[in-house]
Amino acid sequence: MKYNSVFDIIGPVMVGPSSSHTAGSVKIGQTARNLFKKQPEKVDIYLYGSFKDTYKGHATDVALIGGLLGFSTDNPKIKYAYEEAESRNMRVKIIEMAEERSHPNTASLHLYSGDEELIVEAISIGGGMIQVVSINDYPISLSGNLHSLLVFHKDSFGTIANVTSILKDAELNIGTMNVSRKEVGETALMTIEIDGKCDEKTVQSIEAVEGVERVIELKEEDA
Amino acid sequence: MIDMNEFSSINQLISKAESQGKSVADIMIEQEVKTSGLSYEKVWQKMERNLSTMKSAVEEGVEGVESTTGLTGGDAFKMKRYIDSGRGLSGDLTLHAICYAVSTNEVNAAMGQICATPTAGSAGVVPGVLFAMKENHPEFTHEDMVKFLFTAGAFGMVVANNASISGAAGGCQAEVGSASAMAAAAVTEMAGGSPEMCAHAFSIALKNMLGLVCDPVAGLVEVPCVKRNAAGASNALTAADMALAGIKSRIPADEVVEAMFKIGLTMPSQLRETGRGGLAATPTGERIKEELFG
Repeated sequence: MKYNSVFDIIGPVMVGPSSSHTAGSVKIGQTARNLFKKQPEKVDIYLYGSFKDTYKGHATDVALIGGLLGFSTDNPKIKYAYEEAESRNMRVKIIEMAEERSHPNTASLHLYSGDEELIVEAISIGGGMIQVVSINDYPISLSGNLHSLLVFHKDSFGTIANVTSILKDAELNIGTMNVSRKEVGETALMTIEIDGKCDEKTVQSIEAVEGVERVIELKEEDA
Repeated sequence: MIDMNEFSSINQLISKAESQGKSVADIMIEQEVKTSGLSYEKVWQKMERNLSTMKSAVEEGVEGVESTTGLTGGDAFKMKRYIDSGRGLSGDLTLHAICYAVSTNEVNAAMGQICATPTAGSAGVVPGVLFAMKENHPEFTHEDMVKFLFTAGAFGMVVANNASISGAAGGCQAEVGSASAMAAAAVTEMAGGSPEMCAHAFSIALKNMLGLVCDPVAGLVEVPCVKRNAAGASNALTAADMALAGIKSRIPADEVVEAMFKIGLTMPSQLRETGRGGLAATPTGERIKEELFG
């Protein structure tokens, strides 16, 4: 790694005590909130591996909740996340999982609001960096550097072509694209990383495509 | 990647400052402006924000904080009371440096806001020395304090690029050791020492920390991290006083950095932030871990 800025050495400003278990966890919570597009009414947090073993000491739970409330990694209010969640009517449950995931620092966040539900599983890979590994149990792989669209759609003819054609009309270039599904004919997920920014109108056009069930936008600062 | 750094060794950094008749802080600011593309004012303001974060952390910890585990907290408060009693063995400057270093790291352990310098676990050393200087020498201005951080950052960057500033990679010598050497250089410049004296202060401080392992109890940034920050701060002042007295390090700064790097490479993984060796593996360390995590 090459350090080119004095602020890599004197900085960043953050809430302690650990960059991987605290700052990274705040980012996971933030990302889940942003994907859900609002503050959930209820969240079940499943912790795996080192997150499960040491969350009390590193305040990983507090940090995840802080992120779900929209706090940034340097917000001193993070440590009052439980109290804040209560006053904002966000119910939180921590579930310790005995089974192992491939990465020791894994958290799976289940967000609920009315009938809406979203499951975000992410890992904290060190130095405050995170990766989202699955959404609603669909494995995804995002570099986190690009603006991304997650399009949940019916696994049927032409849906992918219709979506990419809208991106063409909007003059948006696709960096990487990945399609995953659980079963033939069921819901599938398109993960599209694009160069540039997708405007509200384009997102709405994609949502209007036949077979598309839900579109989630992941902006650069989220991941 | 193109190397935009104007200096990749301490020798280059010092020669540049000496030949241009500038301070190390000025060389660092000029380079940051060049590499970041930000204006001088923006770069300055970013550092001012870091300084104000450090100040708040120092003040918060002295009031008394407690970590989530209850393992650390309250020692900065005790230290402050002890200083006020006038019974301290060391001089006020050293006592304050110890107090503020502990204070900052207690705040980190208690989920407070800190500025990583160079890491969260070693965040107390640089502010400890800096705010002790300000307290005991009110003639130093706000500008002097901001410059102190640029000087510390310049030395830290050389360490980060040629060795390591991560406990997992190089042990505590890479974290608190680096922080102590950075603080030694910066306080030497603040006190009017030449760039060459800064390099000697840096070398002496880092040499005294070589071989220091990273053995946190239960893997948490608490025991012995908080107290090691106090040691890093007082060691920085010892080294700076020696350099200002004209004492020179026999081993040049860059070779000390290289030695630190090589020691880190040969350090067993049990002693590099895994919480499996050293103090973490003592009966008490194991018991604390068991009590906390079962």
